[in-house]
Amino acid sequence: MTQSVVVQVGQCGNQIGCRFWDLALREHAAVNKKGIYDEALSSFFRNVDTRNGGDGADIHKGKIFSLKARALLIDMEEGVVNEILQGPLRDVFDSKQLITDVSGSGNNWAVGHQLYGCRYREHIVEKLRRMAEHCDCLQCFFVIHSMGGGTGSGLGTFVLNVLEDEFPEVYRFVTSVYPSGEDDVITSPYNSVLAMKELNEHADCVLPIENESLFSIVSKIHQMTNSGKLGSTLKQNSLLTSSAGSIKTEQEKPFDAMNNIVANLLLNLTSSARFEGSLNMDLNEISMNLVPFPRLHYLVSSLTPLYTLADVNVPSRRLDQMFSDAFSKDHQLIQADPKHSLYLACALLVRGNVQVSDLRRNIERLKPSLHFVSWNQEGWKTGLCSVPPVGHSHSLLALANNTCVKPTFTELKDRFMKLYKKKAHLHHYLHVDGMEQSCFSEAISSLSDLIEEYNQLDATKGAPRTDPSRLKIAM
Amino acid sequence: MSIVTVQLGQCGNQIGYEVFNAICSDFHSTHGICSKKENESYQEACKERFFSEEKTGVPVARAVLVDMEPKVISQTLSMAARSGHWKYDHQSHFCQKQGSGNNWANGYSVHGPRYRDVIMNLVQKEAEKCDRLSGFFTVMSMAGGTGSGMGAYVTQCLRDAFPTSFILNQVIWPYGTGEVIVQNYNSVLTLSHLYQSSDALLVHENDAIHKICAQLMNIKKISFRDVNQVIAHQLGSVFQPTYSSEGASQYSRSPLGDLMESLVPHPELKMLGLRNIPQMSENSLAYSTFTWPGLIKHLRQMLIAHAKMEEGIDWQVRPPLPGHPVPPKASPNQALHFNTSVANLVVLRGKDVQSVDLGGFRDPALYTSWLNPQEAFHIWKTPRAFNKYEKSASLVSNSQFLLQLMDNVVGKAWNMFASKAYVHQYTKFGIEEEDFLDCFTTLEQVISSYASL
Repeated sequence: MTQSVVVQVGQCGNQIGCRFWDLALREHAAVNKKGIYDEALSSFFRNVDTRNGGDGADIHKGKIFSLKARALLIDMEEGVVNEILQGPLRDVFDSKQLITDVSGSGNNWAVGHQLYGCRYREHIVEKLRRMAEHCDCLQCFFVIHSMGGGTGSGLGTFVLNVLEDEFPEVYRFVTSVYPSGEDDVITSPYNSVLAMKELNEHADCVLPIENESLFSIVSKIHQMTNSGKLGSTLKQNSLLTSSAGSIKTEQEKPFDAMNNIVANLLLNLTSSARFEGSLNMDLNEISMNLVPFPRLHYLVSSLTPLYTLADVNVPSRRLDQMFSDAFSKDHQLIQADPKHSLYLACALLVRGNVQVSDLRRNIERLKPSLHFVSWNQEGWKTGLCSVPPVGHSHSLLALANNTCVKPTFTELKDRFMKLYKKKAHLHHYLHVDGMEQSCFSEAISSLSDLIEEYNQLDATKGAPRTDPSRLKIAM
Repeated sequence: MSIVTVQLGQCGNQIGYEVFNAICSDFHSTHGICSKKENESYQEACKERFFSEEKTGVPVARAVLVDMEPKVISQTLSMAARSGHWKYDHQSHFCQKQGSGNNWANGYSVHGPRYRDVIMNLVQKEAEKCDRLSGFFTVMSMAGGTGSGMGAYVTQCLRDAFPTSFILNQVIWPYGTGEVIVQNYNSVLTLSHLYQSSDALLVHENDAIHKICAQLMNIKKISFRDVNQVIAHQLGSVFQPTYSSEGASQYSRSPLGDLMESLVPHPELKMLGLRNIPQMSENSLAYSTFTWPGLIKHLRQMLIAHAKMEEGIDWQVRPPLPGHPVPPKASPNQALHFNTSVANLVVLRGKDVQSVDLGGFRDPALYTSWLNPQEAFHIWKTPRAFNKYEKSASLVSNSQFLLQLMDNVVGKAWNMFASKAYVHQYTKFGIEEEDFLDCFTTLEQVISSYASL
């Protein structure tokens, strides 16, 4: 069994991270009745004997003493991290696994990346090394951050670079929250495009997230909960947005519901690596199957169901509905419509009481309405994990490598160009040591190239298919 | 003589477990069709073949379990131990932590060489437990990374270390609409490499078995466990003890040797398909009776008409009339109406096997011209019934059964290769484009050989 380490950077990254750890504990508590520290737990948690105070030795087997998250919390202002360390999850974090500063990055990628990056590089490396030493077999780093600000965006991508330099064999999965059009941070396009270049070059897989999508999912669930008739029969802890049953008991914060969705995404993504199933899907398999060309590693994710009715007898029809929903644009975590664009590859990770025949039936059913690239007509990667998420009898995570990410990137590019043409706010960036105009031109060029790759693939959509001729053998 | 089973990857281990389970369950079956003496003889042979004795009296499967991640093996070991009737040797397994990531190159070029010594040591230990070693039976899927890539490497190692033993690879052909996106690459790489070191490849297709579960076994929600149990049943029906020649007084000591001798006359032609009838749910079995003529007629037509199960057989297909040879098929894509065989083996188990007429299988029209039917057709039988089936007939066929499948998989892989998609994932671990091309060439050659039968 392998371990993964979460690196949460910036305000957004840490808030999502916090929800992730809370829900992870909830999930393991539901499965692990005997309180034994098992392999599944070890993928994200260390078991530390804190009886004698101080550092505490790692305990690899037997009873659970104190679970410590394999997490590194980074923020250039103290507010968020302090809150976490004073909140109900304080015992889950190792107080030495933090890097904080006081004044923040002022929504400036250059400050996050160049200034703080240089200042804290050694610290970062040292703490990462320590965490890696605690791992038997470190497989993956999960970086969580937002693209629009300064710390998550700038320092987050700096850390990504460090991960590649120091741990080249370990996979780098990045969960990035992209800014919306009406983002109130004026320079978010600059920050995002500068960060994109780093993601293009240094990430193995990126899961882009957009707040608008999270928000509409939250609204939908809210509607269901308050719609009177069905509201009372919803299982509270099954809501994709809920913290019910987790450690956090106080008033929910405004972004909690949205962040819980992302936390659930990560839990589902790693479920088959942690728990057993008849067809396991490990993290290295996700990268292998969903990334046909190195730079096209942006995966559109969708989660279903959003909630479960308390009615236990879920007929098969509902199960099929779950599959259909995964392909509807209302369930995607970014504003995109994969059904009308071109699929390069698609992965379905099913959890719970679902068998291979259900999977096959639904793939056959949905296939005709989806467009797959000519060289990957049957491009499905499937996984069956026996353990369902809390509150559900089954669930589905769909990951698509699909050209529908293109509009997100083109809009980003347009917003960038609007500012860049007028050289608005540029001086704030160029002031920073190590930043030059070329950083900007290289970044936009990298993004343009990426968009062009998607364009070329889109152009093949609907074109008549000519299979390449096979090798001829002389008899 | 004994067979050592090597279970590779998730699929290999899951199926391997079901195979030993099926064999053990058959061992204990009390159908009373044959005499007590016969039954004891059968059980003796079965035990020698598949199990070694332990002090506690619980038979220990002659198997080595290999996987690059621990979850499946630990499940498999504990399920076997819980059965109470048999178990695995808990020392006889090897696993790592990280898995092969569905990457054939990772399995073959990285994990294989790295763990070669440890694994071969385990195999050596199992081989030494055997009084006489008949050979090796490996179980693996082609779609993933460990079973396929590491499986190919291990097969090579087995060949190097045991040059005079027989090696049979049980290979699982994945569902056509993906379990793994790069399954076509992995399959092409696996098949071409196995062809060099294996004596024969026995293929089971997930799609075909799935249909059997749905239509014959009437299973509503088919799980991989169901699929694996059908496969295990089919394998058991071939490899449980039989008399392999007319008038033999002892159960055959060398099943793998007999198989190879009978079915693989030419090293270029080693793809074997397996059919077993009847196959049905236990409930239906209680109400069904079969006659040998009926079963044999069906089995023969299944062979001729490329049928994968006993329902939906195309009875229109006939062998060519004598004097009217089958026109050579220009391409495998042409509708393959008639299945030409290189060699066939029929295994009969149960009541009245002595009286069965197998003349239909000796028709020279069924076979390719350069072998005469005496050499091309073989029968194994035993009056001892298999599992719960009063009569059971299996066909292991070296024929054009797998031609279409191979052509499809090579076609799809070639299509993907032309766009270079995913190739960087393989070159990362040392499999270059030239290696791919070599594999394609090898397989096109095999396809061509079968097409021109």
